[in-house]
Amino acid sequence: MIAVGSSLNLRAALVSLVIFVLFIGAWQLGTSGKSAVATVDPEYAKLLGQSANTGKSAMPGPADVAQTIWGHLKDPFYVRGTNDKGLGIQLGFSLGRVALGYILALIVALPLGFLIGMSPLMNKALDPFIQIMKPVSPLAWMPLALYTIKDSGISAIFVIFICSLWPMLINTAFGVSSVRKEWLNVAATLEVSPLRKAFTVILPAAAPTILTGMRISIGIAWLVIVAAEMLVGGTGIGYFVWNEWNNLSITNVIVAILVIGLVGMILDQALARVARAVTYPE
Amino acid sequence: MAVEPLSSSAPNAEEDRFSRVVESAVMRALFPQDATRRAFLNSVGVSTAAAAIAQFFPIMAAKEAFAQGAAPEKKDLKIGFIPITCATPIIMAAPMGFYSKQGLNVEVVKTAGWAVIRDKTINKEYDAAHMLSPMPLAISIGAGSNPIPYTMPAVENINGQAITLSMKHKDKRDPKSWKGFKFAVPFDYSMHNYLLRYYLAENGLDPDTDVQIRAVPPPEMVANLRADNLDGFLAPDPVNQRAVYDGVGFIHILSKEIWDGHPCCAFAASKEFVTQSPNTFSALMRAIIEATAFASKDENRKQIAEAIAPANYLNQPVTVVEQVLTGTYADGLGNIKKDAKRIDFDPFPYESFAIWILTQMKRWGQIKGDIDYAGVAKQVFLATDAEKLMKQAGLTPPTPSGKTIVVMGKAFDPSKPAAYVDSFAIKRG
Repeated sequence: MIAVGSSLNLRAALVSLVIFVLFIGAWQLGTSGKSAVATVDPEYAKLLGQSANTGKSAMPGPADVAQTIWGHLKDPFYVRGTNDKGLGIQLGFSLGRVALGYILALIVALPLGFLIGMSPLMNKALDPFIQIMKPVSPLAWMPLALYTIKDSGISAIFVIFICSLWPMLINTAFGVSSVRKEWLNVAATLEVSPLRKAFTVILPAAAPTILTGMRISIGIAWLVIVAAEMLVGGTGIGYFVWNEWNNLSITNVIVAILVIGLVGMILDQALARVARAVTYPE
Repeated sequence: MAVEPLSSSAPNAEEDRFSRVVESAVMRALFPQDATRRAFLNSVGVSTAAAAIAQFFPIMAAKEAFAQGAAPEKKDLKIGFIPITCATPIIMAAPMGFYSKQGLNVEVVKTAGWAVIRDKTINKEYDAAHMLSPMPLAISIGAGSNPIPYTMPAVENINGQAITLSMKHKDKRDPKSWKGFKFAVPFDYSMHNYLLRYYLAENGLDPDTDVQIRAVPPPEMVANLRADNLDGFLAPDPVNQRAVYDGVGFIHILSKEIWDGHPCCAFAASKEFVTQSPNTFSALMRAIIEATAFASKDENRKQIAEAIAPANYLNQPVTVVEQVLTGTYADGLGNIKKDAKRIDFDPFPYESFAIWILTQMKRWGQIKGDIDYAGVAKQVFLATDAEKLMKQAGLTPPTPSGKTIVVMGKAFDPSKPAAYVDSFAIKRG
């Protein structure tokens, strides 16, 4: 078994590598532009950019991107004024916002989810609200948040809060409501207090479902923060993308895409690990 | 970016200048009509006039607050800007030390779009902001937002915009052949929108039915032009020059060729900020006026371009910003053009500017019903106060007028806005 498993992993890694090399090769081929076209007046040419002068594709090649990544890695925490900060600092701002909004959502979603899951009445009563609010794009809340909260930083955190709330709430409610009846009956027979029942019977039983909800939420929160920061600006990885877009620097936008993907993966894997820790065999 | 602080000229000369600026600003506010003002000054003499005005307007106090710089109530300020060259005075005042010279610690914050800058200013996250000059008018009359008393104490730049077309249209220089084009402007309430509509309508195209005009944020414009989603735009610089720099478009005409001396962007603040921190406000105005004066000199433009091009401010190649500010630029068709007034800086907010903008809002149906053109213009340009003071002093407020406005050869009389709107063949409603 072990031998088959490891050989499968090895083969998968090999295929991954081949795909990666093919992708980089195609990229390189696609972006290595033509050489200089018409020779224009050098005085005039000085006023134009490289792509206008040489016909070189505006799309950067893999080498350009690698070089830019190296530049960011060498100095991730520089501060050259309010509007120009290192990639590391921008990531820190984004992660901070996500963490705050996410934790607030967790604080609200867990107790509320328990309530909904344990009480069929509340379940039915709150259902219409949840069903209407859930499909709303979190960014649609932004103008309303800016108008009522009157602070763009808190508005961004609010948007993260609202988008991470629903998956956690729904999964908690579902997890709680589908705890096995026998276990609850045992708890009832033993005359366990409601609080103790919640913590020692229901919580462990519902934990895997809750963690799934949390994992979905963190993914959504990370998706949304980039868009939210592009909208309100100031700081964060979303602002970085917007600022580089403003400068039409495709290289930096690609770098940002890679970084966003990497951080999103790390967040997801971290929660996946926690989920595995609380899973129990039935 | 270390920029040499300004060589401090003789402080006396400077105080004199501020004193003159305040005096003439008060005079202009009280007597917006040049002829009336001159007649008044001639008949009573300048010193008598100043003394008479001092009876009801604290001109000395204003001068003192302005020139001597009474300690500002608030030193740490945040000012929002959009990364375009229109914001030059507001931006350059930070790296070039104009704010710090007035004892202010100003953080200039780059902002993603006009709606956001409006909301952040209304929310008081920003103390003052760079806006499009129609915006304070729109905010004050509640078009597109709740009415909030807004003031526009200074225009930032005049001219400095352009119509850029996609390279594939390089043979279609006659606007009459532009039917079906897709154009972009930065915002619905912008000079760009009104100038483009004016230009198209003068050439016989109805901007609402013959072409499509949409609001697109400036950073997206070049990308959309490249992607063939747009045929052209009337945009603020450096967007136009950037399209040339990247080889995707050419500059058809400068906005200067539509209306030489048109206002574009503005320095705006809420009425609340102006009245609650008058010393801070005057220190800020002093910095802006100085920066604007510095920016209006051709020989300083190169230095300014280097100061505002880095990532912290405009985030553009220096050569692009330099071409915009110096007016020696590549037009995208292989020619080097020279026009030192491609963009210029003049802070005085003439009321007639506001009235012209309102006529266009009316013309294109952005405001419905009857409007009190002069009334709104006065409200936003802080002239209501002056009118009240004049009435108290037993003077008759004159009809507002500032300077002559000629758009594409057609003169505009700010005292007859309704007739002006009616005079256009192509209009809404």
